[in-house]
Amino acid sequence: MSSIVSIQKLTKTYANGFSALKGVDLEIREGEILALLGPNGAGKTTLISIICGISVPTSGTVLVGGHDVVQEFRKTRALIGLVPQELTTDQFETVWNTVTFSRGVHGAKSNPALIEQILKDLTLWDKRNAKLRELSGGMKRRVLIAKALAHEPRILFLDEPTAGVDVELRRGMWAAIGRLRETGVTVILTTHYIEEAEEMADRIGVISGGELLLVEEKRALMQKLGRKQLRLELKEPLESLPPTLAALGLTLADGGRGLVHEYGNGAGEGRIGAVLAAIEAEGLSISDVATRQSSLEDIFVSLVGERP
Amino acid sequence: MNIEAIKAIYFFEMARMKRTLLQSVISPVITTSLYFIVFGTAIGSRINEVGGVSYGAFITPGLIMLTLLSQCIGNASIGIYFPKFTGTIYEILSAPVSMAEIVIGYVGAAATKGLIVGLIILATASLFVDLTIAHPLIMLMFMVLTAVTFSLFGFIIGIWADNFEQLNLVPMLVVPPLTFLGGSFYSIDMLPPFWQAVSHLNPVLYLVSGFRWSFYEIADVNPLISLAMIAVFLTLCLSVLAWIFKTGYRLRK
Repeated sequence: MSSIVSIQKLTKTYANGFSALKGVDLEIREGEILALLGPNGAGKTTLISIICGISVPTSGTVLVGGHDVVQEFRKTRALIGLVPQELTTDQFETVWNTVTFSRGVHGAKSNPALIEQILKDLTLWDKRNAKLRELSGGMKRRVLIAKALAHEPRILFLDEPTAGVDVELRRGMWAAIGRLRETGVTVILTTHYIEEAEEMADRIGVISGGELLLVEEKRALMQKLGRKQLRLELKEPLESLPPTLAALGLTLADGGRGLVHEYGNGAGEGRIGAVLAAIEAEGLSISDVATRQSSLEDIFVSLVGERP
Repeated sequence: MNIEAIKAIYFFEMARMKRTLLQSVISPVITTSLYFIVFGTAIGSRINEVGGVSYGAFITPGLIMLTLLSQCIGNASIGIYFPKFTGTIYEILSAPVSMAEIVIGYVGAAATKGLIVGLIILATASLFVDLTIAHPLIMLMFMVLTAVTFSLFGFIIGIWADNFEQLNLVPMLVVPPLTFLGGSFYSIDMLPPFWQAVSHLNPVLYLVSGFRWSFYEIADVNPLISLAMIAVFLTLCLSVLAWIFKTGYRLRK
């Protein structure tokens, strides 16, 4: 797959001396959903702002569709739709006017049929003549998405698309983004919700302190960094771990009531049979079994060292 | 040139102005009528003629200029300040438009509305006084040039302003004194020599004087000098804007 966005050695230092990006390299593939995870102030929004043209890079290059975002901004910006983090709307405008404006300001010829379709897809059609200030937060968020889609972009940036959105609406938003991907649109989203990245993304990038710590296929990332745990509850607590079990790497938990076997990272899977056989041989009776796979959240915390 | 974008900005702004049409037209019309009643009728009845025209007719060009200036500055400054304030400016900054196109859209709309209001004031004035317009085309040219220049000026203020106080500072605090002291209500011949000299530092004097010349062929300064001064101010505004766009001042971080 070819890169639709190509970022090389990108740095951004603000006028006050704050260094928001410290040499970011990133290739975004056409048609993928890339989630950028990172704590507040990691540089996610700065990165997006530079790609979209709201901020200017201090050094480095960003190519969108093969064009430089500074030199050939007309070509790059026409390809991009942006849904900002803040619910910034023109309170006194109607839904229809603000979405139509978005299409025009991107240089696209007016196309009421397309706007109608977008509004219907986002279940905003009934509200087309409503003023934005009359809408709920979730609807405003969808208006911002409609605005971003109005000029038929090939790349859609969603900066914290589901911040402050209730669970049901969040599911709806994910479904809408999923449908977009089917039309070939590349989606880049930043999020605090690791659940969101886990649910939707093909690849995941982790940003912290202005640096891109890693970009990986979601599955590969889960496999590489994901830990698995087998936990066995014992009917009778053990005072000490029998040597045969210790040799297999098991540990005691809960004052002898639990046996824990850690595996994952590509190691230890094959030993589960041996572990169970050894427990049987020791004559221990088991009351419950649980396995657990570490989530992206655990992976993220271990990478960044703090909660997002 | 992204014509669609210019059209989008221009018509979006015009639609915004249409929503506030009542307040933006009614209020200057009432204000101007009051000026005519107070200055034209009450005081003007004791002042016979200035430079051969009735006092009411004499002050008309100045009143139109006063409205035109404040409308253009106000419209253009709020036009760009409001998206900055609400944050919706992200869309314009991330759109495939050049700064020049943004200016054409915003300033064009502000100047258009200023001109509409200016012409309405002209029509209102004709209800109170007998107006003669010696050079209608030159009059229009003065109006258009002034509208564009001061809409540019307003646009600069809108970009510079960080809060509503700053936004209102120039239209409220600077424009009225300059207009009142710029010969709107008198010929500067009536002033002592010292104040006459001071008046020549006031840019509004040149606007009002040239504009009045297009009505009655009477002027405090040569109309060509008036024209030259507008050109100077226009160039000044364009230079400041060019600098703003080059540096991204208060727009692009």
